Amino acid sequence: MSIQTLSTGRRAKDLTVRCLVYLAFAVAVIPLVSVIYLVIKNGMARFDFDFLYRSMKNIGPRDAGGGAYHAILGTLQQVGLASLMSVPIGILTAIYLVEYGGKGRLANAIRFFVDVMTGIPSVVAGLFILAFWVLFLDLNYSGFAGALALSVLMMPTVVRSAEEMLKLVPDDLREASYALGVPKWRTIVKVVLPTALTGIVTGVMLAVARVTGETAPLLLTVFFTDSINANPFTNAQMGLPLFVFDQAGRPNDTAIDRAWAGALTLILIVMLLNLVARLIAYWRSPARGR
Amino acid sequence: MAAIAVFLIAEAIPALQANNSSFLTELLWTPNNTPPVFGIGALAFGTIMSSALALAMAMPVAVGVALFISHYAPRKIAGALGYVVDLLAAVPSVVYGLWGVIFLVPFMQGPSEFLNEYLGWFPLFSGDPVVGRSMLTAAIVLAIMILPIIAAISREVFLQVPRMNEEAALALGATRWEMIKMAVLPFGRPGVMSAAMLGLGRAMGETIAVALIFPATFGITFGILGPNGNSIAANIALGFAEAGEVGRGALIASGLVLFIITLVVNMAARMIIARRSGASA
Amino acid sequence: MAKQIQVSGLDAYYGAHKAIADISMTIEPRSVTAFIGPSGCGKSTFLRTLNRMHEVIPGARVEGKVMLDSDDLYGPGVDPVSVRRTIGMVFQRPNPFPTMSIYENVAAGLRLNGRISKSKTDEVVEQSLRGANLWNEVKDRLNKPGAGLSGGQQQRLCIARCIAVKPQVLLMDEPCSALDPISTLAIEDLITELKDEFTIVIVTHNMQQAARVSDRTAFFNLAAQGQPGRLVEMDETSAMFTNPSEKATEDYITGRFG
Repeated sequence: MSIQTLSTGRRAKDLTVRCLVYLAFAVAVIPLVSVIYLVIKNGMARFDFDFLYRSMKNIGPRDAGGGAYHAILGTLQQVGLASLMSVPIGILTAIYLVEYGGKGRLANAIRFFVDVMTGIPSVVAGLFILAFWVLFLDLNYSGFAGALALSVLMMPTVVRSAEEMLKLVPDDLREASYALGVPKWRTIVKVVLPTALTGIVTGVMLAVARVTGETAPLLLTVFFTDSINANPFTNAQMGLPLFVFDQAGRPNDTAIDRAWAGALTLILIVMLLNLVARLIAYWRSPARGR
Repeated sequence: MAAIAVFLIAEAIPALQANNSSFLTELLWTPNNTPPVFGIGALAFGTIMSSALALAMAMPVAVGVALFISHYAPRKIAGALGYVVDLLAAVPSVVYGLWGVIFLVPFMQGPSEFLNEYLGWFPLFSGDPVVGRSMLTAAIVLAIMILPIIAAISREVFLQVPRMNEEAALALGATRWEMIKMAVLPFGRPGVMSAAMLGLGRAMGETIAVALIFPATFGITFGILGPNGNSIAANIALGFAEAGEVGRGALIASGLVLFIITLVVNMAARMIIARRSGASA
Repeated sequence: MAKQIQVSGLDAYYGAHKAIADISMTIEPRSVTAFIGPSGCGKSTFLRTLNRMHEVIPGARVEGKVMLDSDDLYGPGVDPVSVRRTIGMVFQRPNPFPTMSIYENVAAGLRLNGRISKSKTDEVVEQSLRGANLWNEVKDRLNKPGAGLSGGQQQRLCIARCIAVKPQVLLMDEPCSALDPISTLAIEDLITELKDEFTIVIVTHNMQQAARVSDRTAFFNLAAQGQPGRLVEMDETSAMFTNPSEKATEDYITGRFG
């Protein structure tokens, strides 16, 4: 036999690593399955009409019933306001970086700060708004303060993803437009943005999904309440993640049930946002592989 | 960013002046007492300890997952599997906290006792009593939370390994693992390292999940199975509601420390990436 | 050291697409065999089936028989890894491992077979680099990265890395197509030297190169776009270039198409 066979040691090592790699993947998926299974199983117990349409007003910690309406409303308002603030600023910054800034010193400085900002802990963002809004300006805890904190977290993500998408627009398209005598701003509005639009929307939705689940900044800026407060600009509000945190910290089963139901609602919202974002991305580029 | 630092410093100074102990070394955290005494010592220790543990657990699994998706899984389903791992990142941290405190804490009681009984000679697993609500449990939850980001970045760099280098290794008669060791890992090392740094930064800043799990004690203990553990971020979340004026300032000061630590870690991660792209140009 | 390769009825596929069909040929030991033909005719694909590198591409598969002396490369229980160890390959573009030094590149394949003493490794590295006519140029900087060499030197480094594991056969897939004329000449001289020891198969786009270095030449062609590539004819190189028996071969080598 002139083809030497592979030594058992090498074969065994190759096999071992293969097994380890498969195992790693299994280990990574177990918690996901466990979390989702438990959230659905335990969340369904209280995921009912009352839960979605009632608040916690006049519900004692040991009572059954009660709902998260006030928290859902608060979350939608806070995230909505945060998106209203951070999305336009984020996209404009990205446009500046790609179309005007180039490799200039200012653009690079902005890029560096955006990069570093993506890594700041959410609790620090909350502290910042607390220090600035509540302590320095002496304004109240409110939904709007929470939205400010969320937008501090959202902005860098939006800038990054929009920048990536704008960079993908081929220069040929821009040059074709310039060659027709179209001014730069019109080229950006009419050619570059529409081309990158789906990608930017995907990035924004993922950013929204991410901040929807944030708890720590809300804790420091929105505070707690058990009643419905439809005005995000005055007084304490509630948020869904905050609701889960609050209920989970209580020792009663009724509260824990509410926490699970809140977690289920939150996961549904976040997963829905994620799914829509991925679908948009998938649509746009069915040919692109993994 | 500068604004963040300025406001945090401005709000922290009065509290630091009122402090009756050394902020950097004191272990206790009683800023609401008179006179206030508080220090970052125990919190910083807990933050670093839990994050380091989490990183040590997440790293091998994350690199394994990344290799699985880039080099082992069948092409057709690799994308879908990658998406499944990304989903782990989409679960809000408060949900992990809830899962951790209701499910994982009781679940960990058994394994923790087992570790303590048979590996108790090792300082990390020593100590008495042994509980489910421990540093180890919090670190496991953190590990799950930082796994997706490390896996995602590592997967990207593994996919960037030039195909011709992989083929060169295979043509030399390397098995798949030898090919990975020869061509993929050396090429991907800087990327994986910076992914680890980013994961570390994220673990240190994570608040809510660990706030629900940590027993919130103050002190420095190496036994990770006992009822010890706290972190800067968790302490902010838990202490905030009851904090008075000095207490708030103290929490803000601790947030400033966290901010600086994560900033340094993240910048280090960026620098690793930058140095590499500079070298290969 | 050198062995004969006998191929019979070989088909290769990429997914559902049949890239080459029904190829049979004999490749003689201690000689250089050149594969020529127009782009896309499957000569590189065929070359890659000879050391089972074809199946590395997802979805690719092979049917038919390849015998190395008396061993069936596609026989049951034959590990592709050991086939590749016996039949080495040099690629179109030089591909030294970017993170390794020159020395480590040459030793990379050796080290796969477990621990070898330092002195033994030194010896084989020097021997292989000498064999690839590269020793004199790099002996003072063995610890520098391989990527710092010129394109031609990198390709010779890849050849050294390949012969360090002492294969029976050397497959070369257009080894000079990314190189300048002087480097090409150096590689061609090297091929002529190496054929005393190895069975060499070279794919080339350059007919002068085939004429200069090879003993036998095989001409591949495809009947039409989308059809699988086939072996048109194979003969002594001198006969092939002066007096081809097929019209298509004559058209190709006289430059009428391709």
